[in-house]
Amino acid sequence: MKISARHVDQSTILDVSGNIDMSNSPEVRKALLLELRENGVTRVFLNLTGVNYIDSSGVASLVEGLKASRELKRRFILFGLNDSAREVLKISRLLKLFEVYDDEAQAMAS
Amino acid sequence: MTPIAAKQPRDTKKPSKLSRAFLLKLELRSHPTLLCVIRGALEPLMETIGFSPEHNRAIIRAVDEAVSNIMRHSYHGRPDLPIELYCNRLQRRTKGETEQGVEILLFDCGPAVDTTKIQPRPLDEIRPGGLGLHIIRGSMDTVEYKRAGRLNRLRLVKYARASKGECGSAEEKSS
Repeated sequence: MKISARHVDQSTILDVSGNIDMSNSPEVRKALLLELRENGVTRVFLNLTGVNYIDSSGVASLVEGLKASRELKRRFILFGLNDSAREVLKISRLLKLFEVYDDEAQAMAS
Repeated sequence: MTPIAAKQPRDTKKPSKLSRAFLLKLELRSHPTLLCVIRGALEPLMETIGFSPEHNRAIIRAVDEAVSNIMRHSYHGRPDLPIELYCNRLQRRTKGETEQGVEILLFDCGPAVDTTKIQPRPLDEIRPGGLGLHIIRGSMDTVEYKRAGRLNRLRLVKYARASKGECGSAEEKSS
């Protein structure tokens, strides 16, 4: 799995590729919380276009990001989810809690 | 690595209807980086059996979560302990039609699981963690835990055409 960050105005886009499971989900959590808490951006986007699989530990990292964003009154936005990622969030009844967009253009325009 | 299921008592080592129909056996250590190996092995196998992409993803999700639970809870993060996965093809007759299915057995050598303590947490709580069991149950038709001698055995079953909950009344038989 790889994570890289792009900074656009007051936003950060975290591009993730590969699979997110218990072997690497702490890296996702760390990157998310760093952007939300320490870099002073108003919006953090998580680009999951390149993610084939995400497990419950990955979902837990997303939930931590969501909670931190709410505490800090910042927006945490997901886009580019494949069927697998949507399904795991749906089963966990979390899909409706996140701001989710199909692609980057829609997410940035939100 | 010595097969751990070989250590189980005679009455549970070879379930009477299933023992000759295993499609796949994996023996691996409890290192999280091996989760992708399991997923990579199961995906084409489930395709071969005839599962739809949606059911294929459900099976992989459940097995991945189950193995993660073994690594995290049964082995407490130790990366060098044995896990075995057996995959068996199933068939059943329901309403005059034959349905293809798969049974996955997972064995680990961890301490016995207190089943009263492995209930899924309520999903109306927005907090990280505790989702694995819910995901497993939501993805498979049958989820059964059993202590087999000194081993934990988790049995997961999914049928290609069944919707969740249908399989309980049907007769299962190995192919």
